[in-house]
Amino acid sequence: MRRETIINAALAIGLLAIPLWAHVTGEIFTITLSTRVAILALAAVGLNLALGLGGLISFGHAAYFGLGGYAMGILAFHAQNYDPIFTWPFVFAGTKQMLVIWVVALIVSGLAAFVIGMLTLRTSGAYFIMATLAFGQMLYYLFVSWPKYGGEDGMSIYLRNDFPGVNTLDPIQFFLICYVLLMLGIFVSWRIARSPFGLALQASRQNAERVETVGITPFRIRLAAFVISGMITGLAGALMADLNRFVGPTMFSWQTSGEIMILVILGGVARLYGPVAGAALFILLEHWLGGVSDYWLAFVGALLLLVVLFARGGLIGSLAGREVAHD
Amino acid sequence: MTTILFIEQVLNGLQFGVMLFLMAAGLTLVFGVMGLINLAHGSLYMIGAFAAATVSAATGNFVLGLVAALAAAAMAGAVVEIAVIRRLYRRDHLDQVLATFALILIFSEGTRWVFGSFPLYLDIPEMLSGPVTLPGGIEYPVYRLFIIVMGLAVAALLFWLIARTRLGIQIRAGEADREMIAALGIDISKLYTVVFALGAALAGMAGALVGAIQSVEVGMGEPVLILAFVTIIIGGIGSIKGAFVGALLVGLIDTLGRTMLPLVFGSFMADASAATTVGSALASMLIYILMAGVLIARPQGLFGAAA
Amino acid sequence: MKLGKSLLAGVCALAMVPAAQAADVKVGLISTLSGGGAALGVDIRDGFLLGIEHAGVDNVEVVVEDDQRKPEVAVQVADELIQSEEVDILTGIVFSNIALAVVPSAVNQGKFYVSPNAGPSQLAGRGCHPNYFNVSWQNDAMHEAAGAYANDAGYESAFIMAPNYPAGQDGLTGFKRFYEGEVVSEVYTKLGQTDYAAEIAQIRASEADVAYFFLPGGMGISFLKQYADAGVDIPLIGPGFSFDQTILPAVGDAAAGVRNTSEWSPDLDNAANQRFVEGFREAYDRIPSMYAAQAYDAAQLIVSAMGKADVSDADAFRAALREADFDSVRGDFEFAPNQHPIQDVYVREVVQQDGVWTNMIVGPSLQDHSDVYGEDCNM
Repeated sequence: MRRETIINAALAIGLLAIPLWAHVTGEIFTITLSTRVAILALAAVGLNLALGLGGLISFGHAAYFGLGGYAMGILAFHAQNYDPIFTWPFVFAGTKQMLVIWVVALIVSGLAAFVIGMLTLRTSGAYFIMATLAFGQMLYYLFVSWPKYGGEDGMSIYLRNDFPGVNTLDPIQFFLICYVLLMLGIFVSWRIARSPFGLALQASRQNAERVETVGITPFRIRLAAFVISGMITGLAGALMADLNRFVGPTMFSWQTSGEIMILVILGGVARLYGPVAGAALFILLEHWLGGVSDYWLAFVGALLLLVVLFARGGLIGSLAGREVAHD
Repeated sequence: MTTILFIEQVLNGLQFGVMLFLMAAGLTLVFGVMGLINLAHGSLYMIGAFAAATVSAATGNFVLGLVAALAAAAMAGAVVEIAVIRRLYRRDHLDQVLATFALILIFSEGTRWVFGSFPLYLDIPEMLSGPVTLPGGIEYPVYRLFIIVMGLAVAALLFWLIARTRLGIQIRAGEADREMIAALGIDISKLYTVVFALGAALAGMAGALVGAIQSVEVGMGEPVLILAFVTIIIGGIGSIKGAFVGALLVGLIDTLGRTMLPLVFGSFMADASAATTVGSALASMLIYILMAGVLIARPQGLFGAAA
Repeated sequence: MKLGKSLLAGVCALAMVPAAQAADVKVGLISTLSGGGAALGVDIRDGFLLGIEHAGVDNVEVVVEDDQRKPEVAVQVADELIQSEEVDILTGIVFSNIALAVVPSAVNQGKFYVSPNAGPSQLAGRGCHPNYFNVSWQNDAMHEAAGAYANDAGYESAFIMAPNYPAGQDGLTGFKRFYEGEVVSEVYTKLGQTDYAAEIAQIRASEADVAYFFLPGGMGISFLKQYADAGVDIPLIGPGFSFDQTILPAVGDAAAGVRNTSEWSPDLDNAANQRFVEGFREAYDRIPSMYAAQAYDAAQLIVSAMGKADVSDADAFRAALREADFDSVRGDFEFAPNQHPIQDVYVREVVQQDGVWTNMIVGPSLQDHSDVYGEDCNM
């Protein structure tokens, strides 16, 4: 077995085992932290698809994360206040069902990624980075100044949403939902990487002209990847909103985009389990350093700098060596 | 809206645009010559403001503060270039974004460590304070006129520098063909350090000038940075002319949109409060809509070379 | 990690718990200690710890946590304090949006929350809760007082301005609730905006008698400096936030003479306040802000209730809190039925004393003031 496979298995099992053990010993907060790791990892799995496979450096994935979060917030807000979202052509009263919320989150963030992708994918390189950043910022200002849904205050949802047959208020059960979705997300990105579509995507990252000569339009391949990527991150946003029972416009802030990107890098770009490793490392850092110093972000910055300059494979890269990922 | 008020708002838009130009020029210069995208440009702006506030508080002299801002930002820029940025030129944009994002975290928290969390005091010098009456009876702050003049002067200086001097020739050569200038026997690494320090000094100057009429605090650089990005997307990355036109466009549209849109909505919406809220919300998105328009019509920006 | 965080609490020696004996009350203090807005959070932390120290009790343990001014981080930290540290009482939050994210779920889990700042209307009205005590003010209080003061001062027309976000909209609504003159223009700015040239031009053109603005933090600093420089002769009024001790040094003489409204001022003449201001200056070498004063009162309130009831008996402890039996640095203080303050709100003027810019009381604006949302509160 390759070393990366072993590391991946260890990560998958570890992320499941730690909260289960915490559940037995009553360390509820460890479960909450693990849930956060799973959700952030899912958001990063989404970005990794665009960034790792497609080479599309999106600095605006907070947009989809936020839209997913607000999809949950708005649906649950209307349901909890008995105030229908719209009454024509049919009455839609909002919902507290996670399954419905997820579908809406996927659709909304997918649509947004489609529109933003249509505009930004016409550019490349530095333009693309800055344009995605700017569109994320635009949504941030939109939600800050939209009073109906709380504006800068955001919205509190008093009870976690429902999932058939599961008590979502029980931390371990909610964790398991997030964990299963994370594994599903990883599976999807694994399948995509091996599919003809994924191969075309990687090829168009390496050499767009050559892809064009075999009759594939890189733009459409990239757009499709960008949309799927946005959808996965959007789903993570909906889960994060449910974990916090709160949504606010900071989900859209450019720092959020930066953080999702940090997760991908810390773990290792284009590594299947890179996002999981990155998210786990980030949460641990936040937890330990945050206790040691008020200025802990400076240390995260220093670490990130060192990784970028000297350990480009990220955590998984350093552990597994420079084997080729994804095959 | 009266004509006088309109002219005053145009001046305000101009002043805002000129400030943005100082930020955008440094960004676009560094991108044009080295192909580097620098997120930490906003931190250099902050360093300029903090240096100006510290030195003018100690000496009581605004000019010394301004000089200190230029020096501190240029120095910080040179140090960063030699220690970090230099390793990034051959890397892809992703590594550049991440490394400079890391620099933002280090600079922001480091500044907070040294100066504390409280905003610093930096005021307009005595001789530039207060308003002046312009022809037509417009009362306008002298200091804002000073900013406009300074900004235009720096713009002229930059155009001259690039068109007429030896450094300018090297910069243009670097933009056209990086291998070429090495072949010509120019010390590239020195050129890169100089260009980066120059861009940093411009940001530091903007920080110091704006710091006198705004709040000097940690995190002041990032909102400006994002506006500067929008500016150079509109103008075309790497083009000083594009940065100049883009900055004035963004400055004018943002300022006029902010004041006119609420009035426009107020003219046909019954509820005045709601009209101002909707108008203000739309106004805050206006420049991004402009950016989207430019991306549709001309993805390489108004003055950018076709990709 | 727990060790590191308790160290912060140990800043105040008396708050430290002797190793052998468990604390009687464990307080979780969540505040903004890093990033923008940290100045306010630091003052709340320092004021609270001083309040515990002055109370002279040794059975309170304070666990301090940073929310980075991000609601989602605050929720996370609150979960940790409740689930892992098992605190009895939460306090410390600076900003309304963060309070709205944390408070409902915390009080629903049976914890007490004592608010040392931030009083969003939702939590004063329909969303009030028996375990939620606000020891600062409902958000509208200072705006209402400013409206009342504008009447008293004889201003017949006003230009009013705030950032376009809920607290800004509430603020202007609060001002209009008490102001009887004509509002000639109502302007909403972008949150975090730093350049106000366009708005200042509008103020000048409006020819109103007075301009009322609510721009917290750095926004207020920018506005005041630019306004003073523009030479507009329309007088300003603002809520105390924009003229607070955390801000005044950065504004300097641009704020000289401006009238503002607050429920507290460093020169309020009562024994508790003198002890607080002197103690704070001695301990931290700066003039305390309004935020520090409110946090100090929060600490005193908690200690006063501890003397009467055990925190494990929630009903008794709640009743003890409701009595508000402590010497507030504001003078008279009691709770309305919605557990928000009934208190005087003063008009202050910015003056320079011994080379430091600070506030002096001009007179009361509203007496025994409470908020309008209480009538929606059913408990």
